[in-house]
Amino acid sequence: MLKIKIPMDNETKVLSLILSSVIVLMAVLSPNHFLRIETFQGMAFQLPELGLLSLAMMISMLTGGINLSIIATTNISAITAALILKAWIIPDVPASTDIWIVMIAIIAALGISVLVGLLNGFLISVINIPPIIATLGTMKLLQGLAFIITKGYVISGMPDSIKFIGNGKVAGIPMPFILFVVFAFLMAGYLNHTATGFNIFMFGSNPIATFFSGTNNKRVIIETYMISGLYCGMAAIIMMSRFNSAKAGYGESYLLVTILAAVLGGVKAEGGFGRVKGLVLSLIILQIMSIGLNLLGVSAFLTIAFWGLIMITAMIIHYILEQRSLLRLSTEKSEVESWKSNA
Amino acid sequence: MDTAFLWMKNISKRYTGVQALDSVNFEIKKGEIHCLAGTNGSGKSTLIKIISGVEKPDLGSQIYINGELSSHRTSIDSIHQGIEVIYQDLSLFPNLSVAENIALGSLISGKKKLLSRKGYYSTARKAMKKINVNIALDQKVEDLSIADQQLVAICRSLTGELNLLIMDEPTTALTSREVDALLRVVIDLKDKGIATLFVSHKLNEVMQIAQRVTILKDGKKVGCYPAVDLDSQKIEFFMTGANFQYKKNTTIPSPSRKKPLLEIKNLSKKQNYNNISLKLYPGEILGITGLLGSGRTELAHTLFGMNPADDGSIKINDKKIVLNSVFEAIDLGIAYVPENRLVQGLVLNQTVSKNSVITIIRRLLKKTGLIDHKNKADKITDLVNKFSIKVPSIDAPVSTLSGGNQQRVVLAKWVATDPKLLILDGPTVGIDVAAKGSIHESISQLAAEGLGVILISDEVPEVLNICHRVFVMNRGRIISEFITSESTEEDVLRCLESID
Amino acid sequence: MKKLFKYHETYLVIIIIFLSFIITSVNSNFMTAENMFDLLKSNSFIGILAIGTLLVLISGGIDISFAAIATVSQYVMALVIINIGGNIFTALMVAVLVGTILGMMNGVLVYNFRIPSIIATIATMNIYYGLLIVFTGGKWIYSLPDWFRNFAEIRLLTFHTSGGLPYGLSVVTFIWILIIIAAVVILNYTLLGRSIYALGGDRKSCLRIGFNIFFTETFVYSFMGLVAGIAGVVQALLIQTIAPNAIVGKELDVIAAVVLGGASLTGGKGSIFGALLGVALLAILRNGMTLMAVPAVWFEFLVGIVIIVSVGFSSYQQKLKSHKTSIIETAD
Repeated sequence: MLKIKIPMDNETKVLSLILSSVIVLMAVLSPNHFLRIETFQGMAFQLPELGLLSLAMMISMLTGGINLSIIATTNISAITAALILKAWIIPDVPASTDIWIVMIAIIAALGISVLVGLLNGFLISVINIPPIIATLGTMKLLQGLAFIITKGYVISGMPDSIKFIGNGKVAGIPMPFILFVVFAFLMAGYLNHTATGFNIFMFGSNPIATFFSGTNNKRVIIETYMISGLYCGMAAIIMMSRFNSAKAGYGESYLLVTILAAVLGGVKAEGGFGRVKGLVLSLIILQIMSIGLNLLGVSAFLTIAFWGLIMITAMIIHYILEQRSLLRLSTEKSEVESWKSNA
Repeated sequence: MDTAFLWMKNISKRYTGVQALDSVNFEIKKGEIHCLAGTNGSGKSTLIKIISGVEKPDLGSQIYINGELSSHRTSIDSIHQGIEVIYQDLSLFPNLSVAENIALGSLISGKKKLLSRKGYYSTARKAMKKINVNIALDQKVEDLSIADQQLVAICRSLTGELNLLIMDEPTTALTSREVDALLRVVIDLKDKGIATLFVSHKLNEVMQIAQRVTILKDGKKVGCYPAVDLDSQKIEFFMTGANFQYKKNTTIPSPSRKKPLLEIKNLSKKQNYNNISLKLYPGEILGITGLLGSGRTELAHTLFGMNPADDGSIKINDKKIVLNSVFEAIDLGIAYVPENRLVQGLVLNQTVSKNSVITIIRRLLKKTGLIDHKNKADKITDLVNKFSIKVPSIDAPVSTLSGGNQQRVVLAKWVATDPKLLILDGPTVGIDVAAKGSIHESISQLAAEGLGVILISDEVPEVLNICHRVFVMNRGRIISEFITSESTEEDVLRCLESID
Repeated sequence: MKKLFKYHETYLVIIIIFLSFIITSVNSNFMTAENMFDLLKSNSFIGILAIGTLLVLISGGIDISFAAIATVSQYVMALVIINIGGNIFTALMVAVLVGTILGMMNGVLVYNFRIPSIIATIATMNIYYGLLIVFTGGKWIYSLPDWFRNFAEIRLLTFHTSGGLPYGLSVVTFIWILIIIAAVVILNYTLLGRSIYALGGDRKSCLRIGFNIFFTETFVYSFMGLVAGIAGVVQALLIQTIAPNAIVGKELDVIAAVVLGGASLTGGKGSIFGALLGVALLAILRNGMTLMAVPAVWFEFLVGIVIIVSVGFSSYQQKLKSHKTSIIETAD
């Protein structure tokens, strides 16, 4: 029997390779601008939103699903929090109760997003709607709701007490970045150190076998989408605080980018495989590229095109690597295949 | 009738590192019913692929069709030569109609790119007429029974000029009546001069009508024998090179019959099973056999909480229980090794270590609610050692293991739950002989430790030699009970044959 | 009659009739020929895209890039007719050519490298759209030739309202109808069409039976590209301006409409009639809201409800059905 390498190893290798070549390329092309602390600080402010949203997307993809409602969830949560803050805090008049109201707003935002996750989980696991359609439905529903509530207007002018989350620094490190790091670790911990995390991977690979093993599949799905929602809620708070506003339709271009980031980071679209480490690497690659290209004066849209190109290149490399290891395993594979057809 | 339709000489096929076929000679006469037997990995699927032109044999191999050399063939050539393969999964399109399924294949090779409903309906009708079957043409294939789907697959191969029909394990999913119908169709084809090649990894009904049997082992031909000269013992021996001797189970003590572990009374479920009553004692192995559709798997699913019964009662250790979900069943100490190892039993892409603790992951938590990785690793090592699972690394995907080792992983993950009652559904299907013996040993061992075991199997010798008692089920009822120490294989077979 | 209720389409027709009835009872302008022809015209863009999407879904794939393809084709078309000149046929030819090539690239990625179609097309969407903006600077185009403007006004059938205003079957709708006819013929009367269904039904069986999967799969994505090209022209005809950001973002709406029409994301299922009903349902919903003076902000919300309820209904039924048969299935 041949020992085969787990595909993740290849993944990390490919990613590290891409990352280092991107860094070298940027450093060579734009040494004066790229290798500066401000560049990395700028990155640290921009990365967290996309990062948290990508984590939200990733966990749903691990179960073989997808969550198209992440942006809509983020906006509805941000709007909820913004409305609470606007209603109860009088701007420019600091009051001792402010901190409590900010807390309430944060909890409300997180609560709403988790509720949306619960709805998604229910539609997928109980009603049996395919994840892509269920979340497309909730996406439309929430987008609509956000428009109904705000009538399309921006809710802006947040109190100072919440701005710190999006714009503050602790020891020179931007607050959003700290939050992202914390939540990335939390996600990794959840996936690798809890029973449901364990089950998410197993479910993603074969839900029938997990059912036959006594795994509560419904619980796995519902928890997955609730956590996906929670991360959207977190992204909502950062976004609202950083933009100093909330609005229906913010950040819609992020939706498909999160899928790219996840897949580039080694999350399998079929489910069952993916690591937070890979996702973070891929986020850094994407971020360095967009900042670097920006410094070079390249249009943001060319960056988007580059992302797509990198994505496809990574998939093709992956395909070739897989083909090679398949070839090595072809005889065993054919045995397994013939078994599958026997089964 | 005497000339060979297909004559293959010195067929070899080497994949990187493995000699799948080694100078095999093989012959099928016109209108012959031939059987190709061999275990998994014996090379029979490679041979079929070469016959059907999907794979090319290595240099030096010669293939003659009707006496003409035809070594460089593609799958299209093979279809033109009138060779059709029906794979075990039938390769039908569930979402298309019967008529389309039958006619599409012949249309691909044709030049016509435009279709008319009339055209393919008449093609389909013609094909059906050849074997005198009648299935509604506009019905979708997914709505048909497996037997009817098989007939559709046969009809599809009849749309062209058919000379040789190859059928891969055609009877595993059929009831005995359906098997009879299928065999009649094959005999019918034979009368039309069409040869049939059955491919099988065990002796079964098809050999009753086969004229000759070719046996492959490790890529080499063992021999070609007239079917009448063979019995199950001989075939098993030729296929495996070892004579699998079922050891009469004398090693484990008879269970004490004081207090039943499991007591089922008048259990019924509409269209599944009817009025089942049985008692199982700790340390006892109870065999259940019966034909497909006898309700035995449905009964097992009920005991595993997947298929709640309509009526009747289940008691474990004298306590009445209600089973509405798998997790309840597991908490009550019930474990179930399912029929379909690859889909239901294992998460094939994931690692051996993950698969072996999937059932107990919630019991491996620390007080904080997080997984106790040390405990988990110890548990995995224990299980891998206990069941002597051979793996290059516990982090290898289960899909890279052999069938026997895969089944050991399934057993391991269930034993890990500390069950009182272990239900095994076809635990040795498709497992090679050596592994089979060791799985039987594990089962006996577990019973000796005091587990109650229910063993569901098609193989009469298996249940007869492993179990203390054997029930025969038919149409949802237990029709007879055998005490294995007092019964012979013939007794049970006679009982099975009397069905229908 | 009982058989009729087996079809998803039947339920859609009932819902549409019911909805139309409500709208008409509030505003009788809904059920006028004028309004109907207008709906047929303004929805031809979505309707054309829905046809292409349907084929992709039937084959078991998904295409997210068609809005980007439509935008690119439309832009290239506009540049050609403005700078080189030509007529409506050159416009269509250019758009079709560009669209088909871009679509074909999707097909090649999906077939040759086995990249999941959703990933491949998200990536190509970014590439196509990103490059378009880079090369064009995202400039809007207003100065379309007069003949292009006039062509959009052509009616194949003309009626007059009591007030003397003309209305009727627009040439744009006619383009849509031609594509519908082409798709119906391909899907139902050609081997290719049946092989698209077969591919979505069981890929492995397709290989064994000797279907040319490469051709089928590439065709499906190329056809999607082709109709996206035409849709791009149609959209330009309707709006008469070309804005690089006008179409992008519509992809999920179109997919939603097709899924409402009964197409399954796992492939093998779906019909032209169903897809058109899905488009019709959303179109009537939007139109009805306007006629009933419901604020437009409610539209998205209602679409969400319609998707969840309608797909939920059939999914839940399927679940119940499979529960009943699951025992038999596992016994195989």
